[in-house]
Amino acid sequence: MPLAVDREQVQELVAAGAQLVDVLAAVEYADEHLPAATNIPLKELNAETARQLKRDQPVIVYCHDYQ
Amino acid sequence: MSPRAAARLEALGFARVHDYVAGQADWGAFGLPLAGERGSETRVGAYLRDDMPTCTLDEQLSTVRGRVSASAYDICFVVDDKRVLLGLLGRRALASDSDGAVETVMTAGPGTVRPSLAVDDARERMRRRDLSLLPVTRSDGVLMGVLRRVDFADATSSTRPAR
Repeated sequence: MPLAVDREQVQELVAAGAQLVDVLAAVEYADEHLPAATNIPLKELNAETARQLKRDQPVIVYCHDYQ
Repeated sequence: MSPRAAARLEALGFARVHDYVAGQADWGAFGLPLAGERGSETRVGAYLRDDMPTCTLDEQLSTVRGRVSASAYDICFVVDDKRVLLGLLGRRALASDSDGAVETVMTAGPGTVRPSLAVDDARERMRRRDLSLLPVTRSDGVLMGVLRRVDFADATSSTRPAR
């Protein structure tokens, strides 16, 4: 079960090496995103696109808000 | 959207998946930097000034008047010990004969904007309400600074402030 994290936890996890993944559409990602985030739009998230992520490091996903 | 992405990653075999549910809106509203073509520099956070006078609820007006006179402002923001914005001392309150505590004359709960608001939206809001200045607070209510209309009159969401 994925763990919900808040802003402070995101900062701590990223500082410890976690990977940030923006799952919004590419055009929204180009517009703005969290620093150091990688873009994998939800519609394109599959085994192939997930290969760019390291399996030995935590992954944090986010979108715009509670949508 | 992010819960579905987190579930998908788990289904793909990722063991340590976290979901920042509040997302980018929460990040920006807290005044944290954003990257990208729009990024933080086309947001009101880039135009903030933090030289505004502040006071606390229990201070006397006579003390606060001196502080405001020595500043470039004619109003004062009332904050608590964590700088959460509680109220505003406007020109009328500061010019009154009262010498009581700030709490007795302040206007409570002034309108605020978040640092992540686009400059175009801030300008329109200030124009509609004929405001020359707006306090900017983080999502936890902490006063970050003020936005003066004169400081970003020519800025748009596609331009960036001079550094």
